[in-house]
Order: sequence, then C-alpha cells, then structure tokens
Amino acid sequence: MNNNQTIEEIAPEKSIWRFLISELKPKARLFTTFNIISIPIVLLGIFLIIIRFWKGIGEISNVNQEIPWGLWKGFNVVTGVAFAGGAYVITFMVYILNMHKYHSIVRVTVLNGFLAYMFYAGALILDLGRPWNIINPIIGNNFGVSSVLFLVAWHFLLYMVAQLIEFSPAIAEWLGARRAHKILSAMTLGAVIFGITLSMLHQSGLGALFLMAKEKIHPLWYSEFIPVLFLVSSIFAGLSMVIFEGSISQKVFFNKITEKNHLAQKGIVLGLSKICTGTMFAYFFLHLLVFIHGKRWELIDTPMGYWYLVEMLGFVLLPMIIFFYSFRSNNLFMIRFAAILTIVGIILNRLNISIIGFRWDMVDHYTPSWMEIVVSLTVVFVQLWVFRWVIRRLPVLGGSPSWSLKKEH
Amino acid sequence: MELDRRNFFRMIGATGISLVVGKEMKAAPDLSNNSEFKGVLYDASRCKGCLGCEIDCADANGLPSPPSKKEIKGLRKPDEKWRTVVNGHETSKGKVYAKLQCMHCNEPACAAACLTQAMYKTTEGPVIWREDKCMGCRYCMISCPFDMPKFEYHSPIPIIQKCTMCFETRVQQGEIPACVENCPNEALAFGTRRELIQEARKRIVENPELYYDHIYGEHEAGGTCWMYISPVPFEELGMNTRVQNESYPALTKGFLYTVPSVFVLIPALLLGVQQATTNNQLNKENEDE
Repeated sequence: MNNNQTIEEIAPEKSIWRFLISELKPKARLFTTFNIISIPIVLLGIFLIIIRFWKGIGEISNVNQEIPWGLWKGFNVVTGVAFAGGAYVITFMVYILNMHKYHSIVRVTVLNGFLAYMFYAGALILDLGRPWNIINPIIGNNFGVSSVLFLVAWHFLLYMVAQLIEFSPAIAEWLGARRAHKILSAMTLGAVIFGITLSMLHQSGLGALFLMAKEKIHPLWYSEFIPVLFLVSSIFAGLSMVIFEGSISQKVFFNKITEKNHLAQKGIVLGLSKICTGTMFAYFFLHLLVFIHGKRWELIDTPMGYWYLVEMLGFVLLPMIIFFYSFRSNNLFMIRFAAILTIVGIILNRLNISIIGFRWDMVDHYTPSWMEIVVSLTVVFVQLWVFRWVIRRLPVLGGSPSWSLKKEH
Repeated sequence: MELDRRNFFRMIGATGISLVVGKEMKAAPDLSNNSEFKGVLYDASRCKGCLGCEIDCADANGLPSPPSKKEIKGLRKPDEKWRTVVNGHETSKGKVYAKLQCMHCNEPACAAACLTQAMYKTTEGPVIWREDKCMGCRYCMISCPFDMPKFEYHSPIPIIQKCTMCFETRVQQGEIPACVENCPNEALAFGTRRELIQEARKRIVENPELYYDHIYGEHEAGGTCWMYISPVPFEELGMNTRVQNESYPALTKGFLYTVPSVFVLIPALLLGVQQATTNNQLNKENEDE
C-alpha cells in the first residue's frame, strides 16, 4: 500500500543533496488530462505576468480608478483564504478537542492551507503596484496600525509560519531527521493555538477590509456584521473544501493512502458534514437577522435582490439541507454534491462583496479580462502542482516511518 | 514658613512657568481636534468655469497640460494625470461649476486604510501621499468615499495621484495652494477650517437667496478640509451626497478594538480546553484498562 520512500530506505549512505535532487524528478506520468490542460495555461500565465511587471497592471487587467480590486484580490485572495479555513478548524478538532478520528486528514489539510496562503499571498504581490515596498509594513517606521489590511498582512505572515511548524514533522520524516522531528513535534500545540487565533482574526479581518466601503457595496451584502459572517462562513467553506479535496485525493492518490485511513474516510466525511450543517445554519440565521433588522424588504424585488436570493437559498440553504439529510442517510455522494454547492456559494458570496456588488450602480461595470482569468488560474494550477509534488513524496496522507510513530505513543 | 524676598521671587517664577506650560499643555489637544486644520472654501456661485485652476495645478505639480475648454465633452473626473477638474452642470439655477479634487478629510479613510502610512494626514490639514512608503495595494482607493486617490495602471512604477493641497511645495513654506492663489474670481479661499466655516456661514446668512443653506464638507465624512457652498443643492453638482456624517475610520474601530482581547482570551481558552480534553481522555483510557 505504502510506497513512500524515505531517505533511509533508499540509500542511507547517500548525501542529503543527492536525495533532494533525486526527489525533484517527476514520479508519475507526464501526460495526464490535468497536465494537458494546466501546462499551456500556466505558460501563458507566466507570459502575461511578465507583461504585467513590464508595462503595468492595466495592460492585462480591467481594474479601473473606481474599482481598484479585481479578480486577483476578489477571487485568489479573499475567496482562496476562505477555503484555506479548513486547516484551523481541523487542527482545532484534533489538537484542542483531541478528536483522534480526524487525525489522518490533519497533514493534508494543513499542507493545503499552507500552500493556499503561500500562493494567494503570491497573487497579492502580482496585484501590488509597488511590490518592492512590501517589506515596509513589516520593518521600519511605517506601521499603519489603524489599518485592517496591516492586521491581515501580519496575520497572513505569522499564520504561514505557524502552518509551516504544524507541517514540519512531515518534512522531518521525509528527510529522516529524527532529532528535528522530536523538537518540531513538540512545537505543534503552540503553533496550533497561535494559528487558530490568527485565523479567527484574519478570516474576519478579510471581511472587515470592506467596512469602510460602506456606500460602495450593495446594501444587501454590506453590513457591520461582515467580519462575523466571514468568520462563520470560513468554517464550512474550509470543511467543504476538505470534503471535496478528500474525494479527489481518494482517487488520484489512491495508492498513497493507507488502508486504515481509507476506512476512516467515511466517518470523517459524515462528521464534517454535521459541522457544516450546524455552522451553515448559524450563518444563514445571521444573514436573516441582518436582513430583517436592516429592513431590506424593498431591495428584494430588484435584479440584485433576486441574485441575493439565489446565493442565500440556492447555495446556503439548499446545501445545508442536503448536508443534513445526507449524514442522516449516510449518503456520501450527496454530501460531496452539497460540498460542491457550498464551495460555489462561497465563491459567489466573496465575489458579490468584492466585485459584483462593489459599485453595482456604475454604468460600465468591471468584468475581468481573459488575461486576468488566465493569471488567476495559473496561480491555482501552480499551487496544485506543488501540492501534488509534496503528496507524492512526503508522508502526508499516511505512511509515516515507523520510528516517528513510536515516539507519539 | 518664612518667606524671604528670594524665595518669593522663586515662587512667582515657578508659578509663572507652570501657568505658561499649563496653558500650552491645555492647548495641545486643541491642535488635534482639527479646528486649526488648514483648508479651502470653494464658492460655486463665484466660479465662472475658466479652468485656470486646472492649468495652475498642472504647472505647480509638474502634470501634463489639461485639455482646453473646446476639447472637453461631458463630465470629467480627476484621474492619474490631473489632480483637479472643473465640471459645468446644468442646474435649476442655470450653469453652475464644481471643482473636484481630494477633500482632505479630517479623519481620512485612505490614511486609516494605509498599512504603510503612505497616505498621511499632516497636522496642518492636507492629506499627502509618500512615494517611498506606498506598496500600491490600492486599499486607499477602496476606502475613500470620494474616490479621489488615482492609480497609474499603465506604468511599471506606478504612483498614486491626488491633490496634496500643494503641501510640500507651498503650504509648508507658508504660501497658499496654486489654484487658490491664481483664481481670478476669488471662488477659492484658503485659511483655517474654522475661519472658512465662519466665512461660509457669513456668505449664506448675508445672501440667503443666492445660496443653498448647506456647507458641504462641514460634517460630511466627519468633516473635510475642502468645503463647498453653492447656489443649488449638491446633488445637482454631481457631488456624493450619500456619504455619512461620521468619519469613515470609525467603521473599522469596533473590529480593531476586539483584536487585542481576542489575542489574549482565545489562546488561554484554547489551552484550557486542550488540557481539559486531554485529561478526560487519559481518565477514559485508565477506566478501559
């Protein structure tokens, strides 16, 4: 079942550099459907990124003076980070609540979260007009402490460090570093506690970014509760992504997953769908309260009102009901379907706030150019490549070397 | 206690110093309550739409020459090339002009949004942009209720273009902004915000049938340093009348204030829960054995 090779199994006498070079070589077929689609898009995306840095953002992007944040911020950063929320929820369940049932998916979820942050912070650099000044908020006397973005930027950075520490035992196992493994494993709990706190603050902080754009965002989506709504929705967004990603990993990386973990998968998915149901209900109810207290009835009978109903009923209430009935009837297929609906709903919600409902009243509204879409996809595809590379080499989906397991007990 | 001549003078001196210092200390917070910010009052009833201020602004700030009156079609907005524009509006009282530029809010949303303090509210009132600090995230543009920071999208080394009230080139040296100095019709007046509000009130009171009874900028967005009076309601001049009267940074205050408490309480809570669940589990294992 397990064909992870560690350094010791291959050749203990080889130097670590030779081992790393041998690991760089591709381990699977080159011409898969995914590669045939992704390679041309990534090549085109890299070409477009060069143009962007050479001539300016406006050469390939449709953002303008009134709508300065487009697809790269609205989709890659704001939406992508919501999906990375699974990492803090799962680490909370496993390390804080000691739910051992979910232990087998901790590493893959943390890896996913870490790569998401790394690449979506990367997307942020593409969108920065003056990226050479990116160190300013971190060093020097330029602390804009009254800025929500300052908080979000710092939390991104610190959370990436926390996630790297959470994931580092897997790297130590891969490299056969026993001493480092012991030290890094001991740091996990601290990193988890720190990481959960940071996540709660920056998941809500991403919503708080839009608080000052009070008149610019359609009133059905703007409320002072955006931060809370972002935080609650990041829980089920992250878990739906875990369910969805798990169902794909089960197929793509079938031989990487140990038999024990295969068997545990069903119980995990059922458990996660229960949490999704609960948090989605809270989220829906919160939206309902905001709607009723804001006296927003007259806004419903407008095109934007119908669009709001599509999001709330079709992509929050409906998947919530499907989650509820599916875990009661043990229907994994329908749970995965609900997870996909939820993912679409979160994309809709984040885009409705950051792009579609932002300056909804303007005559020429922003629509992303095809080049922006290609660059956005490039970021996602490269992330998936790195994810796949790591999964094929490191003990992520199970199959840790025996020496590391002994120490845990 | 004997009070000789020398001690008496000492005491008088000390009292005097403390009085002086005390007064200064008392006066210090007044500087920050924005009554002494410098600002500009624009009187739409006086502006003849000569567009001279656009040319003066371009000259003073090294911007390209603005289009001539004949080339202009429709309403314009300031953009990455020009910091100010004057639009003519057909209103209920005939043609009325309105000059657009940064409003220099008392509590600017752009400066609160800026994570590097590149957007900076000077103590004199003007809001300036500092090139060496900006990282080009454009969060100031998202936050500004008047949409005034403009970004050079077609440059690899883009800058944010906006009116600085000629702070570095003129106001800091005790001069007045270029557009104000050269206005042939005295439609623009430079002074402290308090003086300008008094002057605006005076004009409205003395000539009630000429003016619409409102000073745009006195309370909008928590008060701005650039203020307007006009013969017609400000919607007719295309001004944003949906802005709130509270300052925009106040909208994020609630969120930012929760951050320290979350940072202290959540880790403590998590550690507590972790300890509690770990112990329970040990007990359970012990029972099982």
